[in-house]
This record gives sequence, structure tokens and C-alpha cells, in this order.
Amino acid sequence: MAHSADVDFKTRLQSWLPKLVLSPSLAMVLVFVYGFIIFSVYLSFTDSRLLPSYGWVGWENYSKLWRLSHWKISLSNMGIFAALYISICTILGLGLAIFLDQKIRAEGVIRTVYLYPMALSFIVTGTAWKWFLDPGIGLENVLQTWGWESFEFDWIKNRDFAIYTVVLAAVWQTSGFVMAMFLAGLRGIDNEILKAAQMDGASNWNLYRRIIIPQLRPAFLSAFVILSHLAIKTFDLVIALTGGGPGRATELPATFMYSYTFSRNQMGIGAASATIMLMTVAAIMIPYLYAELREKK
Amino acid sequence: MGFLDIDNTTKSYGAVEVLHQVHISIEEGEFLVLVGPSGCGKSTLLNMIAGLEEISSGEIRIKDQVMNGVHPSKRNIAMVFQSYALYPNMTVGQNITFGLEMHGIPKPEREKAMKEVAELLQIEQLLDRKPGALSGGQRQRVAMGRALVRDPDVFLFDEPLSNLDAKLRVDMRTEIKKLHQKLGTTIVYVTHDQIEAMTLSTRIAVMYGGYVQQLGTPQEIYDSPANIFVATFMGSPAMNVMPAKVALKDGRPFAVVELHDGTPAELPFSQDNLAAWDGRGIMLGIRPETITDEDAADRKSSNIAPMTNRITVTEPAGSDTFVTMTLGGKDVIARMRSDADVRPGADFKFSVNMEKAVAFDPETEMRIAP
Amino acid sequence: MSLATQDSAIRTGRVTRTLIYLVLLLFALFYMLPLYVMVVNSVKPLDEITGGGMMNLPQVFTLEPWAKAWSSAQIGVDPTGLKPYFWNSIKMVVPAVIVSTVLGALNGYVLTKWRFRGDTILFGLMLFACFIPFQIVLIPMARMLGLMGMAGTTWGLVLVHVVYGIGFTTLYFRNYYAVFPTELIRAAQIDGAGFFQIFWRILLPSSGPIAVVSIIWQFTNIWNDFLFGASFAGADSQPMTVALNNLVQSSTGVKEYNVHFAGAILAALPTLLVYIVAGRYFVRGLMAGSVKG
Repeated sequence: MAHSADVDFKTRLQSWLPKLVLSPSLAMVLVFVYGFIIFSVYLSFTDSRLLPSYGWVGWENYSKLWRLSHWKISLSNMGIFAALYISICTILGLGLAIFLDQKIRAEGVIRTVYLYPMALSFIVTGTAWKWFLDPGIGLENVLQTWGWESFEFDWIKNRDFAIYTVVLAAVWQTSGFVMAMFLAGLRGIDNEILKAAQMDGASNWNLYRRIIIPQLRPAFLSAFVILSHLAIKTFDLVIALTGGGPGRATELPATFMYSYTFSRNQMGIGAASATIMLMTVAAIMIPYLYAELREKK
Repeated sequence: MGFLDIDNTTKSYGAVEVLHQVHISIEEGEFLVLVGPSGCGKSTLLNMIAGLEEISSGEIRIKDQVMNGVHPSKRNIAMVFQSYALYPNMTVGQNITFGLEMHGIPKPEREKAMKEVAELLQIEQLLDRKPGALSGGQRQRVAMGRALVRDPDVFLFDEPLSNLDAKLRVDMRTEIKKLHQKLGTTIVYVTHDQIEAMTLSTRIAVMYGGYVQQLGTPQEIYDSPANIFVATFMGSPAMNVMPAKVALKDGRPFAVVELHDGTPAELPFSQDNLAAWDGRGIMLGIRPETITDEDAADRKSSNIAPMTNRITVTEPAGSDTFVTMTLGGKDVIARMRSDADVRPGADFKFSVNMEKAVAFDPETEMRIAP
Repeated sequence: MSLATQDSAIRTGRVTRTLIYLVLLLFALFYMLPLYVMVVNSVKPLDEITGGGMMNLPQVFTLEPWAKAWSSAQIGVDPTGLKPYFWNSIKMVVPAVIVSTVLGALNGYVLTKWRFRGDTILFGLMLFACFIPFQIVLIPMARMLGLMGMAGTTWGLVLVHVVYGIGFTTLYFRNYYAVFPTELIRAAQIDGAGFFQIFWRILLPSSGPIAVVSIIWQFTNIWNDFLFGASFAGADSQPMTVALNNLVQSSTGVKEYNVHFAGAILAALPTLLVYIVAGRYFVRGLMAGSVKG
């Protein structure tokens, strides 16, 4: 009678193929991302200087790190930068999106103009703003030649204000993208709800405040997550715009890590700072990704 | 052994068993319909026959060959999907012959087979078009063509008509039935529509909660439902099921049901063994079409019982008029002729064909077999 | 996620509308300003800039700065211009984009159509990899490239960009294939098509739009990368961004702003062109990276 199921080789291969195909990518990610993370975290507990070395020193690098004024400056700069960058981009992005959503003529062109900075390298952005803000040849000089002799704008050379120029350039680069995110959110709102609210007598202001903006929650969340991780990763922009200066006025954790690891030969401390950066990003990204992926199941 | 045997088959996802010990066996040329509400396991079972889902335990055999673990393409089956699943980037012709190509059949043979199928389904003029340019009915035909061209042992249909509008659905239903009669192929067909199940099948498996509730011919399922679920799921409007008591009069069992005002009506059973239930409660099942006015009562029936009850609602539906009344504390529907003289609020003398009535055990919900 | 206008229910008065247009226009100027500065000053002689005419249109039009930035400006030790670095970038970007997109497509295919227990976790692991601050991998990566004999080579950079790009490409293809009807895959299985045949014959012909998104995204990201280029490139494999930074930051001699601007535009040109030609796809890529829906 019926002979038992003969599962031939080809069928068995077929059932293994998907995992086989996924495995190179997975192996790469496991080694190059998670393996490396473990290695870096490990290094942060060692006496590595110019090269990795495996003498265990416990929390010494971390305690050294927190005593360094250089690191503290980076962190406080990060605080200022992240707070301003995230809030300005969000407010600007939302505002521009709402304005653009009023059946604007030439909306396509305006959108294109707002968004193109996102296609540029931070190095290009940095270069452009560096010279534009340079008091010697840029805005200050221009306005003075135009007759406004007393005009002064030397933030980029000023220890107290240089960090704000980084904010300016970063906002310039990313706010258009945030605008596009909010615009997509606005376009996703059911028009009938708006019509109903208008029948209820809501003014435009109330319509936005009470009906529309609350419905943009997902867009706010995405914008926050994207902007905060970009903020923590900001590196190229500072290198190109200010080089971390004047002095250490625009150092950020990313530039700190780079210079301690590669120029100052303090690899252990560099690794410790990178670990702290990673933890910060993880604290934001992991809950977000968890929620996103679970929903989609 | 049958042509297709589903032998003690179960399906589990992790610790959850979603399909419990299914036994179905059909002969060559039969048209088996798996019918049930969504989530009953009918599509899972179909996918297991197709090899798209693994079998957790038990066996599925086609022509006595065990199919467990055999790749879908090696089972000699063909499937028509709910969404038709036509490859959007290929023409109709390529869609139909793709399976043959994958099985290494040379081009001239493929072309010949395609021509035959196209002729059979009258889609010759569509062969060079892409699926996107077809209407729903045309897509349906192409999907069937793709299945037919393989000349499989078993055809599998997964709710193939549910994406069509009402009119087209009826036409395609007839067409599938014609095709089956003409080609005599073995078909397993999944649907949630009990009318499709009744009209198409030679055998029906009514499924619910992962169990096959009843397997039988359409007539068996309709007249002798195994339990209350089957009784109410098959038939439209559904069978009326209401609480009643069994009483003996001169040794003959009667169903005692409360009328709208709480007074008892006595309806004699044709089923003698219900005498054993004397004094106990049952669930009484009466199909709407067996409650009529006196003149329309089935003349061949030996057991027509009169019953006067108040009409609450009448719903004229053209060919019939549906009449609602309160019986046994439930809304009970009667299917009357369209010209029956019924008015809401009026008392009316109904005739109940008790030969067709069924009784269920209120505990197990199983039918009390004669 | 369409950006198309719909029939908005909101009505605004004439004054409000004028104000809105004004604000929108103002910001358009703000966003255009740096580009204007770059373009205008890249075609001026140097003395026009240092003389305070940064905002003025050129009095003397010259392509000299462009020529210099391209082929003779001092970058590092050699007066090579950006040309060799441009080609370095191309040599790095093209293979990295192709490999990461192909892998992303295959991964997306497996993760949606051949699901298995734990696949979501694996995807989460891959996706998280895109968001880490790359500082955390710089040290071990440098060691690894050394061990593999790829330190300072273009192939080393290709590897790096593939590794840290597959999270995104996988995300794109996964989201795209997730809505591709699974019944088609089943139909093809019954028709006897294997794993790769299904991918090649059924899925790939319908993947055009998402492939474009993935390619554009990867191209832009890799072309614009600075951190990896600065960390891992050798003297003869440095990409465009690193070279531009060297050009701008060089402390020797007179600062030739016009050459810097021309160089910056040269570095921006490929991605800018892509954005202008295929902006729709560029935006879609951006959005998919944020709103995963």
C-alpha cells in the first residue's frame, strides 16, 4: 500500500534555501555589528592606547572620561545641539507642512526646494555654511559692504555661539525632510473628519490644535526618533563646519570619540565614549523598533 | 481506500491545535466542498492537501500515495486561488503555461495544451493580454485555465468566487459545475457560502472550530444535520431552533412549544424514539420552508400539524414572504408564498410539516437520531 | 504614503493666504541661499569674493575654479584636484550599491515569503544595525580590515558600506514584498517553481519601484559618507567627501574660496542630480526609513 513519504533531496534543499540565502547577511551583521559592539565595549574596560590591548582595568576609562572637561563640554554641547536641533526641526517642519497643505500653487517646486539639502553630504553643507558664516568674507562682510557698517555676525568664530551655527546648518539640512514627514501625515488624515469638525463650528486654529495635530502622533514619534539618532551621530557636519572649534566650543561626543581614539591614542577612553553613545541611541531606538515590528506582525 | 484520503490529520501551530483529527475520504470524480465560517480551518486543510502547509500528524494520500512532505509541485494537483494569483508580469498565455514550463515540458506541447484549454474556457482572444487588463470574470477563467492545463489528479479551489459580484458569481458557479460534469475531475473546493456548497458539491464537509462537524451528501447535510451548528449554518434563512419539551400522548411523542402568549402548542413528532425523552427538554429544529399556510403544506407529508400563532413582522421578498413570529421564546421565521394573506399583528393558522422537524439534545447540541 | 494634494476641507482667507505664501517664499530663499552662494562664487575670481561680494552675481565669469577643483587643486600632498577621488567614490559606490541592494532584495523576499520562527527578531537585529552610532564599530572594523588585508582599499570600503547598508535595503524590500500577494508565491510553488525561480520570474519583475528607491538611498548615503571614508580609506582610495574636506581644511597657502565652492558642488552634483531626476523615489526612501508602514 502507501509507501512512506519520500522526501527527496531537492525538496529538502528547497526548504533550507531561504535560511541559506539569509545567512550571509545575518553572519555579516552578527560579526560586524554585534560582534564589534561586544569588542568595543570590551575595549572600554582595557588599557588600550594606540592599539587594542587586553589589560583589564575595570571602570577606569569611564571614571577618567567623566573627569575630562573635554568630554563634559562635548556632552553639554550635545545637550544644547540635540534640544535645539530636534525642537526647531519639528516646529519648522510641522509649520511648513501645514502651510504647504493649503492647496499651494507650485507646491511641487517648493517641496523640492525644501528637501534638496537632504541629498547633500554634510561635508558639502558644512563647507557652504562655513564660508557663508565666515565674518571675513561671508554675511557680515557682505552686509557691511552694503552699508550696514555696524553689523556683526561672528558666531562661527565665537566660543559662546559657535554651537548655534552647527544647529543652524543641521536644521537647514534636515528640516525639509521633517516637513515631508508631517506633510505625508497631514495627507493621511481623513478629510471627512475635517469636514465634520467644520460643521461643528471649529475655527482653523482649533481644527489644527484639537483635531489635526493630535492625529499626527505617529509622525511626531518618527521625527523624534530619526532626529535624535541623527543628532547623536552628528560628526561630519562639525568636522566640515568648525572642526570642533573654536577651541572645543563645538566638540560633540562623535568628534570626541574620533579624536581620542585616532589622534590622541586613548583607545580605551574612545571606546568608553562610543559605548555611552551606543547606549543612548539604543535607549531610543530599541523601544521604537520593538513597537514598530510588533505591530506589523 | 478512496482517491483522496485525509486520514486522521491534524494541524498545530506550536502548542495550539487548529485542526483536529480530520477524516475525509472521497472517490475519483467527486466534488468535495469544505464549508464553514472564517477561521474554521477549511483553508488550512486545503493548503495541507496542496502541500503549502505542513501536516502535523496523520496522513494525506492521493491515489494511495502518501503526500506528507512531498513538494506541492510533485503532488499532481492544481489550485485556483481566491485572488486568482495571476502573475502580473506575464501574459495570460504565459500564466497558463508557466507550470508546464517549470515541469520541463517542451514548448510545442505547451502551446498545444494552452490552445486546448483556451478553447475550452473561451479565452483564446485574451492570450496575449496581461492580467491587469482583464475583468474579474476573465481573470477567473484564466486562473481555471492555469489549473486545467496541468491535467492534475485533484483540483483545489480556494474561495474562487468570493471576489466576484453577485451576478457573475452565479454564472461562474454554473460554469464550474458544467466543467466538473464535462471533465469528471476530482475537486476540493473551499467556501464560506453554504449555497455554493449545496449547489456544487457531491459531498460536503461542514467545518467549525477546527473540527469536521459533518461529512455527507448535500441532502444528508440539509435534512439530517448532525448538530445545531450544521443545522443553522446550512440553509438560508437558517433553521429555526427553539427550546421545547417532549410529552407523550397515547404513546406518541409530541413537542410542546410556547406560543407568543405563553400558551403551549403541541406538535406531534414523526420520530418514535423521542418517546424516551418524555418530560425532558429538547431543542426543536424546524426549517422556515416547512412552516406554511394550510394550502401550501406539503401534500406528500404524513405529518402536518396545525398551529395558530401571532405574526410579528412580514417581509415580502418577491418570490416568497418571510413571516416572523415568537415561538418557544425565540424569533421564528416561516417562508410563505408571496400571496399568502399575512398581516403583522394578526393571528394566523400555520401548517408545520413535522415530518421534517429535527430534535437536538440541549446538552450536547447533537441531533437525536431516529 | 502619497504626497499628492487632496481636496482639503480647510478654507483660508485672502490675507492669511498672502501671509502663507510669503512665509513659504521666505523659507524657499533660506533653503536656496547656500546653493546660490556656492554656485555664484564658484564662477568668480577670488578677489571678487574677498572684496565682500559674496552675494553678488559675478562681474567676471570664469570656469577656472571648476577646472582647478577638478584637476589641479592641492589635496593632501599632490596637486591632483578632486578628479581621482571622484573616481574612487564611483569605484566604491557602484559595487556597494549593487551588492547591498541584491542582498536586501533576497533578505526581504525570505523575511516576507519564507517566514520562519524568529524571523522578526532577526530583522530587528538587522534594522537596529542601521541606527547605531558607527563610532562603536570603528576600532574593531579597522582591525578586521587589517586582518582581511583590505585596510586602506576600496574593497574594504565596499564591504563596510554593504554591511551597514543591508539593514536599510532589507527594510525597503521587506516592506514592499510584505504587500506582494503571497498567493502568487503559492501558485508558483504549485506550478513547480523553486525558490530562485519564484524570485527571478515572479517577484523581481515587479520590484522595479523599490529597487530604484533602494539604489537611490544607498547611492546617496554611500556617496555622502565621510566617517568611514576618513577612517578606513588609504591615500589612493579616499572618497570625494574626504578629499573635499582636505581641500577646504588645508591650512597652507591662500584660501581659494571659489575653488572650495566649485569642489563642494562637484561633490554634491551626483546626489543632487539623482534627487532632481528621481526625487519621488528619493523621498519614498527617506520616508520608508522613518515611518515604517
